Amino acid sequence: MAGDGVGCAVGMEYTYDFHLHSCLSPCASDDMTPQNIANMAALAGYDIIAVADHNTTLHARAVMEAADRAGIIAVPAMELTTQEEVHVLCLLPDLDAAEAFGAYVWDRLPDIPNRRDIFGAQMQVDSRDVPVREIGRLLISATNIGIYEVYDLIRSYGGTAMPCHVDRGSFSVISNLGFYDADMGFPAIELTEACDGEAFCRAHPSLQGLKHYVNSDAHSLEAIPDAKRRIVLSAPTAGAVIRAIEGKCL
Amino acid sequence: MTVKEFATTLGLKNWTPDLDLDVPITGGYAGDMLSWVMGKAVAGSAWMTIMSNQNVVAVALMTDVACVVLTEGVEPDAALVTQANGRGVPLFTSDLSTYELSAWLGTALAAQ
Repeated sequence: MAGDGVGCAVGMEYTYDFHLHSCLSPCASDDMTPQNIANMAALAGYDIIAVADHNTTLHARAVMEAADRAGIIAVPAMELTTQEEVHVLCLLPDLDAAEAFGAYVWDRLPDIPNRRDIFGAQMQVDSRDVPVREIGRLLISATNIGIYEVYDLIRSYGGTAMPCHVDRGSFSVISNLGFYDADMGFPAIELTEACDGEAFCRAHPSLQGLKHYVNSDAHSLEAIPDAKRRIVLSAPTAGAVIRAIEGKCL
Repeated sequence: MTVKEFATTLGLKNWTPDLDLDVPITGGYAGDMLSWVMGKAVAGSAWMTIMSNQNVVAVALMTDVACVVLTEGVEPDAALVTQANGRGVPLFTSDLSTYELSAWLGTALAAQ
């Protein structure tokens, strides 16, 4: 319940989950619609959520509208797959930035068609769950954006980013590269619920000094846990979330 | 050469014993970056990789490879074994390196 340094505003605690998947991600349940997610998150006690679909922000608007109706805040987001197949959570300050970033990433995603019989459907819906279209291009491929490029890139859109589930055995910076390099520039890392963050960072000293955030990475409604994690913010806004993760004044 | 002949000759450990292994191998692919494999592996290949999670099955189905061999002594995740059996992807493991397996396969296919 305190500011983060001299001259910084005093903040309040807000419950968060910055890593949920919607039905746009082929691996997520079909009932992970923006409206269902927003309503479930509100019921579970969240103040702020982020839906981070694989390599797309096409649901950002629908999620923000549905969250608004449910009385919670949605930060526009994406789970980016780097060239090295490392997943990185990208948070954007507003819808315009999210859509521009989404278009940038789309142009760097290979044009491999989705096989819904193998990966599942990639349904785009509106904020009231009305289907808009099915996305034909496979969204879970790797982009040609290298991990050393991501942080400067996301800052150019006013956002921030952190490597996802770094303690997991696949699609994490540690599992895929074997190390974290401070030159990658991220201010924080994401850990899974099961991870002992202190022990993990002792085992991987290059991670020391980075902030930790724990998100659910829920792909189904029942996997959204009751709200527990909190972040101190000057206001419940996407901009304040990004500033807090960046370690700037709230 | 069939998957069965490849596996028998090199002493590969078979994790999908109920599957039909009389399937021809017409080429090979060596690689671990799933996105690359997805875009590059050719149907009918034997795919050599150290990746051991269940996404391997999805990529194998998508590319229609003849079989998957986890190399260098890598053990498959339980979920990978379940998926491979359930979705009909022949899955093997070997202590040989990706290079050794690929080199042997290349020579054998060239001699056919």
